[in-house]
Amino acid sequence: MSAPSPTSTDLVTTEPARTSLLPAGRPGMLIRLGSLAVLLVIAAIFPLVITNPLYTQFAVDTLIFVAAVVAWNLFSGFSGYISLGHAVFFGTGAYTVGLLTTHWKVIGGTIFALLPLGGLAAAVVAVPFGLIALRVRRHTFVVITIAIFFIFQLMAFNLSFTGGVQGLSTPFFLWSAADYNNPFYYVALILAVGAIVLAWLIRGSRFGLRLLAIRDDEDRARGLGVRAMRTKLSAFIISGFVTGMVGGLWWFFIGQALPETVFDPNFDLSVVLMAFLGGAGTLAGPVLGALILEPLQQWEAITFTNGYVAEISLGVIFLAVILLLPRGIIPTGKEFLTRWQAIRARRGQPAQDGAAPAASGAAVPSPPTPKTGSIR
Amino acid sequence: MGRELTQAIVDGILGGGVYALMAVGLTLIFGVLDIINIAQGILVVLGAYLSYVLSVHLHIDLFVGLLVTVPAMFLVGVAIQWAFIRPLRGRERTSMSLLATYAVAIILEGVLYLIFGSNFVSLNASYVQTGPKVFGFYLDYIYIYGFAAAVVLVAAIYYMLYRTQFGRTIRATMQDHTAARIVGINVNRVQMLTFGIGVAVTAVGGMVFGATGGGFNPNTGYDLISRLLAIIILGGMGSIAGAMLAAVFMITLEAVVDVLWSPNWSVVVFYGALVLVLAIRPQGVFGKKAARAQ
Repeated sequence: MSAPSPTSTDLVTTEPARTSLLPAGRPGMLIRLGSLAVLLVIAAIFPLVITNPLYTQFAVDTLIFVAAVVAWNLFSGFSGYISLGHAVFFGTGAYTVGLLTTHWKVIGGTIFALLPLGGLAAAVVAVPFGLIALRVRRHTFVVITIAIFFIFQLMAFNLSFTGGVQGLSTPFFLWSAADYNNPFYYVALILAVGAIVLAWLIRGSRFGLRLLAIRDDEDRARGLGVRAMRTKLSAFIISGFVTGMVGGLWWFFIGQALPETVFDPNFDLSVVLMAFLGGAGTLAGPVLGALILEPLQQWEAITFTNGYVAEISLGVIFLAVILLLPRGIIPTGKEFLTRWQAIRARRGQPAQDGAAPAASGAAVPSPPTPKTGSIR
Repeated sequence: MGRELTQAIVDGILGGGVYALMAVGLTLIFGVLDIINIAQGILVVLGAYLSYVLSVHLHIDLFVGLLVTVPAMFLVGVAIQWAFIRPLRGRERTSMSLLATYAVAIILEGVLYLIFGSNFVSLNASYVQTGPKVFGFYLDYIYIYGFAAAVVLVAAIYYMLYRTQFGRTIRATMQDHTAARIVGINVNRVQMLTFGIGVAVTAVGGMVFGATGGGFNPNTGYDLISRLLAIIILGGMGSIAGAMLAAVFMITLEAVVDVLWSPNWSVVVFYGALVLVLAIRPQGVFGKKAARAQ
């Protein structure tokens, strides 16, 4: 799943490469597409090979988080506005899908057709949320997202139609117990891949460039003609839509929505931590972060019966990442690779300057670029 | 209804005084270090638990115990700043510091759960359940004493800020880090001590909150921090007077809605008021417009 990383370098540094999906004459591109395809095939046959329901359950959870983190990154990573309120979209999606399923008595495979409606509800919520929160920056934005998050959690507790503290339970799905997780797995995979493709398309578009400009210097971007509010709000709504769909799927999978589990402050924190671990603002970073951390959290949840140990370890990992790897694995790794190649090129072929790293580009998947330092 | 309303207003003002103290600590930290200490809420709970241990196990009076808990919380604050805030550098410092203090908060929460469990406890003393009759209702002494302690401490912080040399260095650092450094202020030291002071007030806030707030457990930290954040944003980040007024206003508003409507909705009204104010005035009531840097 970490394969999109090389593509992300391309999108920023070389303009023409993104116009077409076909390998454009460079062998590196072919290798990347090939490894991407292999990863996708592995992901597709995973539940057929590994049938232990415990592991497939881990896999579904992980894919759900991949989609959620990519959706978060699509707004917060690209625009630099750190949202700690994405659980609002997650919960809105879960409750919308839950209420519709119960009300319309939907059952069987068609339940997944309701997911876009959950996303739509979250997107509708994102409009007033964004209009208020996106007027302020930095700390204040973060804090307002937290405040709005708490409003939604309290409403879920107090409004009559949400089921209050009892929450909403899913109907009984008539799937065989042996491969119960498989439908969820494939829907989660589709969501995750869809979110990644969406992020990739945005990153390569003019819209994505506007978002990155806002991240780097919002006032200057405004001066250059970027309609900042419109751009930020659009990204916020798109991100909310995807997160809402993810929330709906999560409700189907877990079987119950409680106000404190779908509007969960630790959801926000986990998502942000995963993005920062891999590298917020990159394409592959959030995916990598989710692939590392979610299985770890799941493993902790079954290993330690006491949930507080998992909570403490989440905090400790968080601090370690912030203090030791503040820019995330992908950017730090890329920089390390670049430096290493530069040293090797200087030592090996002192006569050739600059040409050496380009020639070795085929062997090493990520070609060194002078601009990597500017990517978070 | 009239009597209950009076009681709600009096309770709100007295309780607001305690929140004002905690919020002043938070806004002071923001002003000097340019970070938001998300751990402030759980630190209040930690302060309350320290008082709890002293009073239950060592039978030390709550107010006498402050002589121990305030310096202890000061040291906790200095340690957090030294270990987790000071190393942060670069343009991501803002978001990083938020996340770092959030991480500290969940670690502390987990540790408190491991030690004390999830049962609600509250602080007790002879003056917690008794008090004089005011405006036709009984007002426990702890509200009065707690309010008095908060007023004294806020006044002391004001005196320190505006009448002492150290306070001058704090205000200079708040205005401009670089210029403060140029005129010879040890900004690192000022930041460390300010963080310590901002956290030390949570010992007092936690003690009064633990005695008046109807019980606390480690999870109470979320409730506290979200209220404190709402208060300092409403008042305008970094504005000490704004934090105090916003604290009293918001807590009174909540107490009044509690009586007039329903306790279920008072918290929603609380945050609703914040959102409403921000929709009109994004920088808060007393805040200055944010500088251009993202």
